Amino acid sequence: MRRRRDRETERRRDGEILQALYRSVSLSLLLSVSLFTTANAQDLRWGGDAEGGAPYLLPNPKNPREIVGFEIDLMNALAAQLKRKSVFVQNQWDGLVPGLQRGNYELAVNGIEITEDRQQQVNFSIAYYLCGERLSVRVEENAIQSLADLKGKVAGTLKASLAQRILEQAGGIEVRSYENQNNAYDDLAIGRLSAVLMDEPIAVYYSTPNPKLKLVGAPIEQMEYGIAVRKRDAALLQQVNDGLLALMRNGELQRIYEKWGIWNAATAQHFEKLTGAKAAQAADNSATNQVFQDFTQNQTRQLTWGERLQRWKSYLPPLLFVGAPMTLLISLLSMVVAVILGLALALVNLYAPQPFTWLARAYVEVMRGTPLLIQLYLIFYGLPNIGIRLSPIVAAVVGLGLNYAAYEAENYRAGINAIPRGQMEAALSLGMTRWQALQHIVVPQAMRLVIPPVTNDFIALFKDSSIVSVITMVELTKVYGQLASTYYDYIGVGLITATIYFLMGLPFVRLARWAEAKLATDKRVAASL
Amino acid sequence: MKQLITVENLHKSYGAHAALKGVSLAVEHSQLTALIGPSGCGKSTLLRCLNGLEQFDEGRICIGTITLEMHEGKLPADHSTKLRNLREQAGMVFQSFNLFPHLTVLENATLAPVVVKKQSKPAAEKIARELLKKVGLGERMDYYPSQLSGGQQQRAAIARALAMEPQVMLYDEPTSALDPTLVGEVLGIMRQLDDEGMTQVVVTHEMRFAREVADQVIVLSAGEIVEAGDPEVIFTAPSDERTREFLKGFLQ
Repeated sequence: MRRRRDRETERRRDGEILQALYRSVSLSLLLSVSLFTTANAQDLRWGGDAEGGAPYLLPNPKNPREIVGFEIDLMNALAAQLKRKSVFVQNQWDGLVPGLQRGNYELAVNGIEITEDRQQQVNFSIAYYLCGERLSVRVEENAIQSLADLKGKVAGTLKASLAQRILEQAGGIEVRSYENQNNAYDDLAIGRLSAVLMDEPIAVYYSTPNPKLKLVGAPIEQMEYGIAVRKRDAALLQQVNDGLLALMRNGELQRIYEKWGIWNAATAQHFEKLTGAKAAQAADNSATNQVFQDFTQNQTRQLTWGERLQRWKSYLPPLLFVGAPMTLLISLLSMVVAVILGLALALVNLYAPQPFTWLARAYVEVMRGTPLLIQLYLIFYGLPNIGIRLSPIVAAVVGLGLNYAAYEAENYRAGINAIPRGQMEAALSLGMTRWQALQHIVVPQAMRLVIPPVTNDFIALFKDSSIVSVITMVELTKVYGQLASTYYDYIGVGLITATIYFLMGLPFVRLARWAEAKLATDKRVAASL
Repeated sequence: MKQLITVENLHKSYGAHAALKGVSLAVEHSQLTALIGPSGCGKSTLLRCLNGLEQFDEGRICIGTITLEMHEGKLPADHSTKLRNLREQAGMVFQSFNLFPHLTVLENATLAPVVVKKQSKPAAEKIARELLKKVGLGERMDYYPSQLSGGQQQRAAIARALAMEPQVMLYDEPTSALDPTLVGEVLGIMRQLDDEGMTQVVVTHEMRFAREVADQVIVLSAGEIVEAGDPEVIFTAPSDERTREFLKGFLQ
């Protein structure tokens, strides 16, 4: 009995410790700008890419911190059917399925076409929208009416889209794939491309407002957008299908599509077939639609300087309060990792016994010699395969930190090698151990020497941090991309974003100068800084 | 007098080049021993072996109660501990001073006592201040090495070594890097230490100093001791041809 009671108190005590731990952990999580969204069973988390743009998902032109789009409306309606709350999760478009697999969200919804090879990885709901691909050309172009006319010409489309496959299979067409529809249509307008093939809603929203472009020919092929669900979530798939059917029956989906000006005959027929009820047939009436009008105004209207300034001012909150803090946080944390690990690697490389030295050198060579992008993909999408599932921010910090540690290690190695041998000898001759000599004599002097190259690397890391948008982090450059594609203002948003990067880096440059002067032992050096 | 240092049959080679070929010597308490000889004769190597900065291949070194022994190039298990003990017994002064440039003169002289001997900082500073006053740097304690003249730096280096309270001081050409006008101030300190009874071993080219101050002069040539004994005898009536040859260069 006694034993048992002891065990119980022990368990209780463990519980208390755990609770205290949990409290302190959750506090630090809160402090770190609510980095992790606490998963709630009521939340229906779904992934999409707000940089993808209108009419799917885009930052509200009137309030860029809010994401809008027909898919937001769709998911709000669907979540209501499921008695859950729709929670949008930002994720790079071509990483939507991997993100789903690694469990970042339960559903992926962002104009994902139902294709056979995707069906091997995930299940799809019944199609929620049908449309074809539309061909855009320059206004004065009369020779191109169909795919067949594109032989020997250059055509653009979005990366990894069905349109890209269609263009490639047509044969004889030089295909350019873009991350962003605006860039493709821009290149068409200035003559780098002869034609652009895109999903109909994209073509309507981005091509028709441009007076230099026109749509030609009939819709090409027909594709179905489906909601991607993990293979093992069979019950969820059933719920989603039931929900979609209900929304088709009660006319909610049609209202959403009409609101966004994308209700079309193909989708109407599809709904009829599934529900057996006759849906109101609507013409492709996007040109008269209010949401569409608002959007295209943003893209094409000539602004007065006052309006332009007003708009630039509106870029600042998302850039400064969403993007910049994340960039700053990721950069600072990764630099801490890089500096500590780099120093350790340098010391191992210089002073440890043979096999460890080789390991340290191999680490440096491999991390320097392979692309950071691939390292990030491996950490974020690869590690979950062996059971290590890092949150995006941890993966970002680990990825950048591990990569930059290789560079820092070489900086420190050079710095330590630059300290005259006599310094180590003098320290040893005073009875210090090698470790004490490193700690008190060699490393402090080397640190001062390497401040300029380390500062250099920090500034580089600061800007390199933009790469973590590929693992779903919304940082400064990602916000830039979203704003630029919403407002079609690459120059304005670009200059403002670049200025923010510059201004954020500046204090660190000043700090490094100050530290260098402060630590300078030769006063002439200090005076020149 | 009791012998503080004994060296027996010391061998050291760098690859094919034999730097020391079976050197044996003894240094008594409170003696000043001058090691002289032509460049490359092995005198610096010998001194660096005494402090464990060079590992010898064969032989034995005793300083006080610490003995380092090497047979057929094999290191005893407790080698690194012994090495540190040895270094605590033997203070070293280098030709190029090797002061720590990122620390003030006072910090240079207190770091090792605090880190190695675990003295409290105030206690270490008290000792260091006295030593720095003694070597004439009472006014320069908060200066950085780069702000001092060569002579002042070398005196600071001597104070730094003395702060560990060693039984013997080793000097590796302590005045060779100095402007001729500054040599006197460093030799003056060594003379003063000699008067106070410190045991010292000096590798030097200052023949007048060796002759006037040393109790024992050891002449090395090509890794061997060719002559050892009373400076008056060695400088006036050397018995070995190689000593005569070497000294001739200085007399001219």
